[in-house]
Amino acid sequence: MDSGKRKDLQLIAQDIRILGLNMVREARSGHIGGAFSLSEIMALLYFEKMNIDPSRPHWDDRDRLVMSKGHGTVALYPTLAMRGFFPIERLKDFRKIGKHLSGHVEMHYVPGVDMSTGSLGQGFSVAVGMAYGARIAGKSFRTYAILGDGEIQEGQIWEAAMFAASAKLDNLVAILDYNKVQLDGTVVEVQNSGSPEDKFAGFGFHVLSVDGHSIQELSDALEEACKTKGKPTIIIANTIKGKGVSFMEGKSAWHGKTPTEEQFDLAFMELKEQRNKMEAIYG
Amino acid sequence: MADKIATRHAYGQALAELGAQESIVALDADVSTCTMSCDFGKIYPNRFINVGIAEANMVGIAAGLSTLGYIPFVHSFAMFTAGRCFEQIRNTIAYPHLNVKVVGTHAGLSVGEDGATHQCLEDIGIMRTIPGMTIVHPCDGNETKEAVKAIAAHIGPCYLRLGRAALDVVTGKEGYTFKLGKASLMKSGNDATIIAVGMLVQASLKAAEILEAEGISVRVLNMHTIKPLDSEAVVAAARETGAIITAEEHNIIGGLGSAVAEAVTSSECPVPVFRIGSNDTFGQSGNAEALMELYELTDSHIAEVVRNIVKSKAIK
Repeated sequence: MDSGKRKDLQLIAQDIRILGLNMVREARSGHIGGAFSLSEIMALLYFEKMNIDPSRPHWDDRDRLVMSKGHGTVALYPTLAMRGFFPIERLKDFRKIGKHLSGHVEMHYVPGVDMSTGSLGQGFSVAVGMAYGARIAGKSFRTYAILGDGEIQEGQIWEAAMFAASAKLDNLVAILDYNKVQLDGTVVEVQNSGSPEDKFAGFGFHVLSVDGHSIQELSDALEEACKTKGKPTIIIANTIKGKGVSFMEGKSAWHGKTPTEEQFDLAFMELKEQRNKMEAIYG
Repeated sequence: MADKIATRHAYGQALAELGAQESIVALDADVSTCTMSCDFGKIYPNRFINVGIAEANMVGIAAGLSTLGYIPFVHSFAMFTAGRCFEQIRNTIAYPHLNVKVVGTHAGLSVGEDGATHQCLEDIGIMRTIPGMTIVHPCDGNETKEAVKAIAAHIGPCYLRLGRAALDVVTGKEGYTFKLGKASLMKSGNDATIIAVGMLVQASLKAAEILEAEGISVRVLNMHTIKPLDSEAVVAAARETGAIITAEEHNIIGGLGSAVAEAVTSSECPVPVFRIGSNDTFGQSGNAEALMELYELTDSHIAEVVRNIVKSKAIK
């Protein structure tokens, strides 16, 4: 990927964070931590890799994405809005009665969303079903599933993983937002899941491990996933929960807590400052 | 009466016939030779998915397939679809209103020897609380075939409840039509109404025969669609016959009896409603017929209940 493209995507990722922060500020609630860890992944998928058309959100041959960690709205909704699926102004309706921009991902009211999610562990099976359906329908679209690292404690994830490998679903790419923090504490503290690399490899996945905030590394991994035949791929994206806001990074408290006004101001300032630096560095 | 046939066998044939539509896919969780989804699998292996013993994943895969325009039928025993997968069905199928058909076979006590862990007596109650869910429990092989066609044509989530026992065919006579959400009148009568589902329809018809000989005229309604309930037929029965008895192979809490009682108490014609079913208890291993006897789900027990209700009406 050329440096110009990389810079654009990096800036988009930062804008996803800024819009997400504003969404939560307006709604007075929302999951910031696990959205900020996802921003580069979302920017790269929706602005570069996925075969989609915002003017035709129900296009049969589009690539699909299932946000299996259904609280990822704070990353997904700004991404879809920026990509042109719906007006950015609509983000202020987040979590408000009658506005249908729900706290967890919803498919029928939000253009660009391929599946409603919210209950952890279930979206991955849905993505597997989409990938399987593409095969029997003879369609060449790809299906992406975004998993949380706390989410993979759910048994259903492993039912889906076993099936996906057994069915050799090479049109399926899972991305694990491996930020190592869940609601009650770190993953190691709450329920040490060991090495996700070893576990998914043991289940028959092609496993790639990357820096989940590096556009280049993520891009290379997605390219390799496309070329991998005969097995599904999982990209273990090593990320930082709350990435970009110094007092949130790596802290479970920021899974779903609402910042104070001062904290909102501070977070916004930090994100803006980083954005300015990005622009300057890349020139 | 025609030969006895288990609803699941009729189901297998019906699903296989439905398979001519290329949008139909079938999923099973390692019990396809019991649910009879194997009949479909033999003809359409490309559209048949055996997910192994992983029902939750099966429900999710079905949801994914339905987003592509397929009409998935998912199969296992009622305990493991409606029971085990309540939350998957609720959140991943019903909340997004996806067009998935959930089939639960081996419902009720008549599972027999396998015992309480496999005798689902709660599934109607569980499924009934989910908004937008259509629930159908046919009473014989003929009605099962009609039900399969009807739920396939209906857009939205459905739960189809089937039993294991072989049953007399009592529907399909001249004038019989199957319509989702419309009770079938099996027998006319004025002194009381029995509203039944599944194999208790046959028992209720026999009970009505016994009572007829005693001069008691009983209406029998086959409420094959439990949700949406045909409350018009329920209220008409209340108004015209003055007493209702429900009969189901299910807990009296949450099932058909509850649905009927809710319709009656919400109407302007409240009448006594007596619910026959398992009385808030688990089943046990044993011969199916003997279990039906033990848990009082027989024609003679239904007749006795109706007799007593009609008597107490007369005293008033």
